[in-house]
Amino acid sequence: MDVLILARLQFALTIMFHYIFPVLSIGLGLIMVIIEAIYLKTNKPIYLQTAQFWTKVFALTFAIGVATGIVMEFEFGTNWATYSRYVGDVFGSALAAEGVFAFFLESGFLAILIFGWNKVGRKLHFLSTVMVCLGAHFSAIWIVVANSWMQTPAGYHVVGEGLNARAEIIDFWGMVFNPSSMVRLGHVILGCWLAGAFLVISVAAYYMLKKRHYEFSGISMKIGLWLGFFTCVLQAISGDASGKVVAKYQPSKLAAFEALYKTQSGVPLTIFGVVNPKEEKLNYAVQIPKLLSFLSFNDMNAEIKGLDQVPKEDWPNVSALFNAFRMMILMWAFMFLMSIIGLILWYRDTLFNHKWILRVLAFSAIAPQIANEIGWYCAESGRYPWIVYGQLRISEGLSKAVTANQVLGSIIMFGVLYLFLFFLFVYLLNEKIKHGPEDGEDESTPYHALENLVKDNP
Amino acid sequence: MIPTDYLEFGWFTIFVFLLTGYGILDGFDLGVGMLHLFSKKDEERRLMLNSIGPVWDGNEVWFVTAGGALFAGFPDIYATMLSGFYIPVMALLNGLIFRAVAIEFRSKQPGAWWRWTWDIVFSLGSFIISFILGLIVGNLIKGIPIDQYKEFNGTMADLFHPYALLVGVMMVSLFLMHGSIYILMKTEGDFHEKMRRRTNPCIIFFIIMYLVTTMATLIYMPHMVQAFHDRPLFFILAIVNLLVVANIPREIYLGRDARAFISSCLNIVCLLGLYAIGTYPNVIRAINDPAFSLTIFNSASSEKTLEILFIFAMIGMPLVISYTTAVYYIFRGKVKLDSHSY
Repeated sequence: MDVLILARLQFALTIMFHYIFPVLSIGLGLIMVIIEAIYLKTNKPIYLQTAQFWTKVFALTFAIGVATGIVMEFEFGTNWATYSRYVGDVFGSALAAEGVFAFFLESGFLAILIFGWNKVGRKLHFLSTVMVCLGAHFSAIWIVVANSWMQTPAGYHVVGEGLNARAEIIDFWGMVFNPSSMVRLGHVILGCWLAGAFLVISVAAYYMLKKRHYEFSGISMKIGLWLGFFTCVLQAISGDASGKVVAKYQPSKLAAFEALYKTQSGVPLTIFGVVNPKEEKLNYAVQIPKLLSFLSFNDMNAEIKGLDQVPKEDWPNVSALFNAFRMMILMWAFMFLMSIIGLILWYRDTLFNHKWILRVLAFSAIAPQIANEIGWYCAESGRYPWIVYGQLRISEGLSKAVTANQVLGSIIMFGVLYLFLFFLFVYLLNEKIKHGPEDGEDESTPYHALENLVKDNP
Repeated sequence: MIPTDYLEFGWFTIFVFLLTGYGILDGFDLGVGMLHLFSKKDEERRLMLNSIGPVWDGNEVWFVTAGGALFAGFPDIYATMLSGFYIPVMALLNGLIFRAVAIEFRSKQPGAWWRWTWDIVFSLGSFIISFILGLIVGNLIKGIPIDQYKEFNGTMADLFHPYALLVGVMMVSLFLMHGSIYILMKTEGDFHEKMRRRTNPCIIFFIIMYLVTTMATLIYMPHMVQAFHDRPLFFILAIVNLLVVANIPREIYLGRDARAFISSCLNIVCLLGLYAIGTYPNVIRAINDPAFSLTIFNSASSEKTLEILFIFAMIGMPLVISYTTAVYYIFRGKVKLDSHSY
């Protein structure tokens, strides 16, 4: 295999694995803030217990998020050196800003959040929780700004030619507020909130099924369902806005999402279909007339550019993108539906009796994860063949000093390592959940499982 | 308008500042990691782990931010260095991942085999990180083959030159000593006395490595000496370094752990200062042809970007220093295990 495919595979592997964790950190961050705020207001110990339980889950996701995130920061240089030279001015600035403004904030206050329950007052602790949550969100801001610049570059000019070409910032705010950054930021952050909300819902549903920790699971379920419901509503608005930006700035991406081979006017929206890449058409298509044109440009008869506008060798993988995009929307519909059903049953006080609903809810944490991963797959693969849209091709961004064997070796290394980490994460999360929130101060919360053991066997 | 030269120099200074912060802060927690296995009792290991518990993650952020600063300010250096040092960087990343999860996972299960496994991973990870950092610094001092497109064109074997390996071991000894003094500051009672006996061999190991590395640099790396010929004033830094190193065993002997730790921090500042002065303005020295060297001037970002980064630093660094100080203040004093500890 050549270096290009291997380097792309490696990036996909490392970023997709990494992305399981920061979404949970951001989502749980918000939930911890909500619960701790209620605790400050009501002073009921159950809220403290709930907040502490979620803090421990947060700490676990955060640790793996940090460990796998460091890889990302250096992978641009190791595998994509030419790209790094080209975008260093712009992309590097966003990463530096992330370090200075987000990571320090997050890691500094994290210490107080996790280890400071008995060291600082309640208000200062709450402030730390808010700061950690803000830090996590700031980090999303800078990363999405950097990535959006690769989707819709703005505020720069290209200096030099050939191997020495590079993008330099001419308008910083133009770069930060490039056409897609704010819309995509909203979409990403809402995706993170969904991941947090549904993790909380899952765990609460599990306890309800096992008839354990009634008070804890009630609080978590209620907060999770409401957050999930509101976020789903907002996500629909944000998704629509993202679609409009894609239609305007990245027509070939939209054409791939919708398997639109020919440029046409008054385009229908395909609900279901099977892409036939050989004949370049859709089989068994179920469509709503003119809706895609309307959604994209607020005009029933607007023309939408098809894949015929770009050379065939530059087409992204149409059938994969078409299906992935629909899968993402299906996941959204599932989450929306489950949050509505959950809320109705909750307020009728019958959620406990609906075992099947609880069983589905107990596994629902996977849905936002799938939606997030697939959404990013669509965004990144849809940009093919560009690494910086319209400016630099993926094949031009590679490191010249790196050989296929080195990349293959590191893929195998990361593959084994991440598989191992993933099983450990699931195992430890499962242990924590089975253990539950209701252990006293000195029994065996994860951080001091050994306290008693040490006392017994000095 | 600030002249471009000043901007490049200024950003390089900030980069070195971040590296120094990293060396001082993560240096001690890497040292604690390497010393971890020398304590056999679980309680002692927990004391060591919790002495760095609230701060290790923040310490590592200095490294991550230094990486971002390099990418933004000197993209060519970032790209050449990481793609050139592919295998060592992969080993470094491995070390960082394993170490982070080992700290987090160790306390989640009480079983002896579980804890022993993570203890070994934690210690080994700390060792690999320290060694590779030294190896990279050694290579930057020595120089690597670079072509006219600023790309590394040597082989892996070039990176494992005896001098680079020597600097790697010296880095390990430096962090071992720094970590052992940090633990002295954070512990009390029997364990403190035990650690005191372990500090001496660490200091001796460092001093031997310090002398050997200095000799090797003077004999085999004449370009490092040139800057001191040109600007004799910098020689003062070398003298200060020597005095600071000599002061460490003195303070330990007198039982003034905090002062010993400050000396050890100053030692790291001096060493990095000597390195920066000796190599300046090269960051990656081309061993084949000096004209291909990557300097802070031929590898920097545009003036506009450097100005923006400068503004980031002016706003950001005071904030960073204040959070760091606040966290160290809140978790000051001798470490005690409680229900939220690792």
